[in-house]
Amino acid sequence: MRKYTPKDNVQKKSYYTDRFWVAPRVPQERVEKGSHFDMVVKILSGKTKLKESFVQLGQLRILIDAKENIQALTALRDECGYKMCSELSAVDYLAKDGEFEIFYQMLNLDEAKRVRVVCRIKEGEAIESIVPLFKMANFAEREIFDMFGIVANNHPFMKRIIMPDDWEGHPLLKTYPLHGDEFASWYEVDKIFGKEYRDVIGPENRDPARVDRYDSQRFSRVGYEVPFGETIDPENEKENPISYSETILVDYNTGSKTLEKRK
Amino acid sequence: MQVTNKLTPFFENLNFEREDNTMVINFGPQHPSAHGQLRLVLELDGELVVKAYPDIGYLHRGIEKMAENMTYNEFLPTTDRLDYIASTSNNYAYALSVEKLIGLEIPRRAQVIRTMLLEINRIISHLFFIATHALDVGAMSIFLYAFREREFAMDLMEDYCGARLTHSAVRIGGVPLDLPKGWLENLAAFIAKIPEEVQTYEDLLTQNRIWKMRLENVGVISPEDALSWGCTGPMLRGSGIKYDIRKEEPYELYSELDFDIPVSDRCDSYGRYQLYMEEMRQSAKILHQLIPMYAKTEPQLMAHAPQYISAPKEEIMTQNYALMQHFVLVTQGMRPPVGEAYVPTESPKGELGFYIKSEGEPYAYRLKCRAPSFFHAGLLQKILVGTYLADVVTIIGNTNIVFGEIDR
Repeated sequence: MRKYTPKDNVQKKSYYTDRFWVAPRVPQERVEKGSHFDMVVKILSGKTKLKESFVQLGQLRILIDAKENIQALTALRDECGYKMCSELSAVDYLAKDGEFEIFYQMLNLDEAKRVRVVCRIKEGEAIESIVPLFKMANFAEREIFDMFGIVANNHPFMKRIIMPDDWEGHPLLKTYPLHGDEFASWYEVDKIFGKEYRDVIGPENRDPARVDRYDSQRFSRVGYEVPFGETIDPENEKENPISYSETILVDYNTGSKTLEKRK
Repeated sequence: MQVTNKLTPFFENLNFEREDNTMVINFGPQHPSAHGQLRLVLELDGELVVKAYPDIGYLHRGIEKMAENMTYNEFLPTTDRLDYIASTSNNYAYALSVEKLIGLEIPRRAQVIRTMLLEINRIISHLFFIATHALDVGAMSIFLYAFREREFAMDLMEDYCGARLTHSAVRIGGVPLDLPKGWLENLAAFIAKIPEEVQTYEDLLTQNRIWKMRLENVGVISPEDALSWGCTGPMLRGSGIKYDIRKEEPYELYSELDFDIPVSDRCDSYGRYQLYMEEMRQSAKILHQLIPMYAKTEPQLMAHAPQYISAPKEEIMTQNYALMQHFVLVTQGMRPPVGEAYVPTESPKGELGFYIKSEGEPYAYRLKCRAPSFFHAGLLQKILVGTYLADVVTIIGNTNIVFGEIDR
């Protein structure tokens, strides 16, 4: 029987699993009464519905409803002194729960305290942009959109930021393979030559800088000129003092019939 | 959708409604003053910048995706390629994040060495900053002076770890090597020179009329903007907000060390330049205090946590169980506990933090690198508006952005 590989999460797995092994957990502490975080939780629970709150590694982590992210962050900024949002990003849990987790890492500069506000959204849902509150979200939310496909509503410029504009797929999704999908591997070929050239070029010669010496439409001849589009017969080429360097086909998969034919 | 042909080529990401008399200029991505691969699309009214659009992503290597497919120790050398001017600060930020997740105690000697390396890297990065920034503005000789000192600092790094740029000098759980013989003397000689060298740079620049004209009131960031746009490090302290993670949320040995945090409320490029100069002096001061600390430590270099960190070589070669654990760690990788950690550190550029989400597997479920330059690059679209074209290069140089960590 062939080995089953899940398609919804192609992240690398450990080859060894022990089914009796229980992973330890990073300790989660309760919010201490009267502490700074207690005050934060009290203020926030008046404004929003807090689903969960605990302290982990000295930072408060609170789970809120995704629809209330603006209210929660406004309260944090204006009433609790969390003036800076230092980071926001997403975690892909689509394979497990069908949800994305979005976190906002907040910083209180006066008390030197950090709070992580976490919310969850379903696939295809959008979050409200926090650009009106924190301008740093301008780039960060674009990055989430680029990497996960999560749209932020009312963002001033919701476009891809790191990948090219005409890219397909969102690279940090767990369904996206590490070495890229088919679109990624043909990206340059599609863009420079056109999709129909996939067959002409072939997977073994997928070089965006490839030069075809007999193509007089895209390339000029070295040493002498020919009319645009003239067919050049490889058998009776004109005498030419300059020699071409030949592209060497690398035989990645030995015994491949198509490669033999191409050669 | 744009209609493209040979005369009107396809411009990615270009989304400008051109008004009368404005000109769109494409700056980079291969411009020598773009400090790497920054493409900046500027809309100009005469010489005044009306709209600026920083386009990033030309150095994207998918480091966060790679982190999800590499074991924790495998990934560490990759962090060198984030902020490649000061690699050890990235190695350290990543290692610290994993250590927090595991809950490791680092031996004292490793802590001393790490703090030394971090501060040397800060000096290297700041020297690089002043050299390239001054070169952008037009001061050539300062570049030669600063790069000469930077060579000495890189020699120190080379003597310690063998590499000059991509150090990987920190390991999860400690440091791989002890200091070589005579290294501390070299370090002492190096830091003895730093204050006078910094004085030389200041003599050349601080009262220089051209330097002041080019930097004063250029690239003004108000404190509100600095907070809202997520500025950290010298960009934040240059706007009068005194926040340094080494002081406020101390890690490593910074709570035991005596140093000052320079702040400037000028809010402009000149104030930030002064901060960088002062920070180099403070780094030298920190290094001065660290040298005597080294002698008082035990020789242990890696934390003792056999479940996560391989035992020392003698134990592996002599004890069966240590060898077995080492075998598991090498072939499978360590499995940190389930949970998440975001640990901020003060890199030379600002707040560098790694958010790591672990599901108890040898591969991180998600790793997010909070890079200071990413947000400083985002700020360009705000501070470039209303400045003159000639100041654009000054401002880009002054934000001290590095594209390795912006694009990741």
